[in-house]
Amino acid sequence: MSPTQEMTLEQIAADAIQQAVAGGASGAECTISEGEEFSVGVRMREIESLKEAGSRGAGIRVLIGEPGAQRGGSSYTSDLSPEGIQKMVKAALELAKITSVDPFTGLPEPAELGKLEGDLRLYDEAIEHMTTEWKIDQALRAEKAALDFDPRIQLSEGASFDSHVGRRVFANSLGFVGSYKTSSCSLSVVPVAKQDGAMERDYWHTTARSAAGLESPESIGRIAAERALRRLNAKKVATQKVPVIFEPRTARQFLGDIFDAVNGSSIYRHASFLAGKLGEKIACDTLTVVDDATIPGLFGTTPFDDEGAPSRRTVVIERGVLKSYLLNSYSARKLNLKTTGNASRGITGNAGIGPGNFFIEAGALSPEQIIAGVPNGLYVTELIGGGGNTVTGDYSSGAAGLWIENGKLTYPVSEITIAGNMQQMLQQIDQVGSDLEFRGAVAAPTILIREMTVSGQ
Amino acid sequence: MSFNQSFFAARFGITERDLESYLSEALSAGGDYADLYFEYLATSSIGIDEEIVKSATEGVTMGVGVRVLAGERTGYAYSDDLSPEKIRKAARVAALIAKGPASVVKSGFEQSQQHNLYPMLHAPNEMGLQERVDLVKRADLAARAYDPRVFQVQATYADSLRNVLVATSDGRLSFDRQPMARMSVMVLARQGEGSPQHGYSGGGGRVTLDFFLNEKTPEHFAREAARQAMVQLDAGDAPAGEMPVVLGAGWPGILLHEAVGHGLEADFNRKGTSAFSGRIGQEVASPLCTVIDDGTIGSRRGSLNVDDEGMPTQKNVLIENGVLRGYLQDKLSSRLMKTASSGSGRRESYQHIPMPRMTNTYMLAGDSDPADIVRSVSKGLYCATFSGGQVDITSGNFVFSATESYLIEDGKITRPVRGASLIGNGPEALKYVSMVGHDLKLDEGIGTCGKEGQSVPVGVGIPTVKIDRLTVGGTAA
Repeated sequence: MSPTQEMTLEQIAADAIQQAVAGGASGAECTISEGEEFSVGVRMREIESLKEAGSRGAGIRVLIGEPGAQRGGSSYTSDLSPEGIQKMVKAALELAKITSVDPFTGLPEPAELGKLEGDLRLYDEAIEHMTTEWKIDQALRAEKAALDFDPRIQLSEGASFDSHVGRRVFANSLGFVGSYKTSSCSLSVVPVAKQDGAMERDYWHTTARSAAGLESPESIGRIAAERALRRLNAKKVATQKVPVIFEPRTARQFLGDIFDAVNGSSIYRHASFLAGKLGEKIACDTLTVVDDATIPGLFGTTPFDDEGAPSRRTVVIERGVLKSYLLNSYSARKLNLKTTGNASRGITGNAGIGPGNFFIEAGALSPEQIIAGVPNGLYVTELIGGGGNTVTGDYSSGAAGLWIENGKLTYPVSEITIAGNMQQMLQQIDQVGSDLEFRGAVAAPTILIREMTVSGQ
Repeated sequence: MSFNQSFFAARFGITERDLESYLSEALSAGGDYADLYFEYLATSSIGIDEEIVKSATEGVTMGVGVRVLAGERTGYAYSDDLSPEKIRKAARVAALIAKGPASVVKSGFEQSQQHNLYPMLHAPNEMGLQERVDLVKRADLAARAYDPRVFQVQATYADSLRNVLVATSDGRLSFDRQPMARMSVMVLARQGEGSPQHGYSGGGGRVTLDFFLNEKTPEHFAREAARQAMVQLDAGDAPAGEMPVVLGAGWPGILLHEAVGHGLEADFNRKGTSAFSGRIGQEVASPLCTVIDDGTIGSRRGSLNVDDEGMPTQKNVLIENGVLRGYLQDKLSSRLMKTASSGSGRRESYQHIPMPRMTNTYMLAGDSDPADIVRSVSKGLYCATFSGGQVDITSGNFVFSATESYLIEDGKITRPVRGASLIGNGPEALKYVSMVGHDLKLDEGIGTCGKEGQSVPVGVGIPTVKIDRLTVGGTAA
């Protein structure tokens, strides 16, 4: 993408804002996003699919009325021609007439706007130089490593290599204009293990801003194969209450449920079990949870959020004490707090709230040391369906994993559920592992929860 | 309607000759087959929250996807620009999957036979904005009026109209106008200082706004959401362990979607990765079970006149009296498995490669009286509503999450219990179906199914059913 194109997209956004204001808007914000995707899939050592394309979209949100008594309307289009943009602005202005006056709606305060300076390493030019042949080869090698790993792996759902380059532009009627480019690529493989008529699959993947950050295809294939193999011949255990260890992949999913509970929109609606608990001890001393969108190169990093507030680091839970919710400007006004720069939206509509890099701070023990401390319990490697109820904290999910006996991983278990309540689960996170890795915007190390109900036979 | 009167011809001046030339470009490096999927999607939604109409959004997206099949290989590219140069460029990119001399495109198109499952009285864009506002306001009022313990209501009305055109290199042409509308209501209720509880209801289908004025009103959904929240206020801990489970009629049909539906999609079976692979003709359920996937039911959320590969949808028998009869086929898998498409090729949008998907999946009614079914259980769980589910098609393990359920004690439905996940194994679970009610009911029209990152609207249905053994994931051991 050349710099002149970038000017053009920013110009389109600025023009849309100008049209909205000329049409009577007292405030407006415009998002334009542009992306190019590439994907290759291989299966059983052959190319299965190739996909390559790009698309663009623009969205606008307008406000009418005096600040403090505004109402909003939104629209979007994939047609970025002058006529397309004109229609989009007109539609949003019409819609603003039918919504209600909301004293809390509005743009952020001018002083709240801004962007992080410096190179956040969100875009690596090297991604443009990866050849199609090289990408295909990565996928073929990852699958080969899995297929060659063990005679019980004769089948695969395939491997894929995906890459994406995008640009996001945001402008508002307070004079904010910002844009940034991103790149990412990932390699994943899904082998199927078979023994005695039973089949199990698992996957593993690596993802980075460019090729240099990826793990080797051979290691991805080998780990995926090991994971599929260790699930074979799973048992269904008896129903019991035991300690449960979440490995990083499943701990991250649990942390996603915690994110929903500290999301400012759930808080002001009283739709979270953590509403009204700011400053209270809601978790074990071992638990510190941080949202940080400023760490260079990570997937939750941005220079500014989706309403133009600069990204930052927010300590959400500090040694068990709830320190902050995650907020956009609307939920902040509702709660009489300040935005934490977590506004998030597609390209249109009222901003929601999303994570930066939302993670549990690493602890001191290795996963092996944590497992060693459990005489009888469950090590969860997969969660399926279900999850947490943000309103009540009730938690129930399908699960698969390995049974722990005398501090060691033993046989695989499946077709079981784990259940508890997130309020108690947070208070019972007795151990946090040292194995924090960022494989996405939400990340967690191994965690041990003192007791949950495992339901089986 | 003739092609010249169709949406893309009238609006973008696309001619049959253009389509032929794009398809020739797509097959310029060989390949067995190519198709074009043109899409123009207009959406609108409006939402009320805290008694304030906080959101109103409209939008338009359009584009074309070009696909080339060469043996087991698929090449795909798309463009959000419908100019001939851009479509030709996408066709050239999709063509890269094949390597060889050009393949011939059949000259001239034949229009697909298709159903007329969702005639529209008024297109969504002919309805006023104020009428949409009234719908969400009525829902808000009705939910609040239901009980003073209701303290938060969010209601949303959303509709869309999708115009599609599919042209294939074997000379098939089809176009369709696909409406969709949905209302949903979320309620929070609280008793004294107790924890708030949540209730949710929604529905719709391939209908327009009139449906919510004349058939299922905003009040219907609002009261149902409020009722569910009230039930939760009195709920105790859900049980844990294996037990008999009775599924109520309607939305609990999600059992079929997760337990068997996904596992019968032909792509997994062609590759041998489904727990149902190679089991056609085998008994996979109790003889009481006949499971159908039917894309031809009028106005249903999962229905389509033609699938997203231009094939007419069908009523497909998946399981007949317990015996596995067929898979859900799209073009690629049916070609490779040397059978016919079952009209099950679907995609989320022009940006996505089609694959076999469900439409409306349900179990035929049996003979039992629903009251007798409950009476037959001495200790178990009755599930009336679910929120969703997931399946691992390879092991066959599936989960679905109950949001409204009750204990059954000595043949009677007694106390409500909190939400819990239920887990079972697809090829095994339906073998434990011991009673099937005569009360088949389809869901209200709210389901969305996700597969490999693509979401499509679907429907489910089931009569009251007793499963002798299923694992319930509560906390009360």
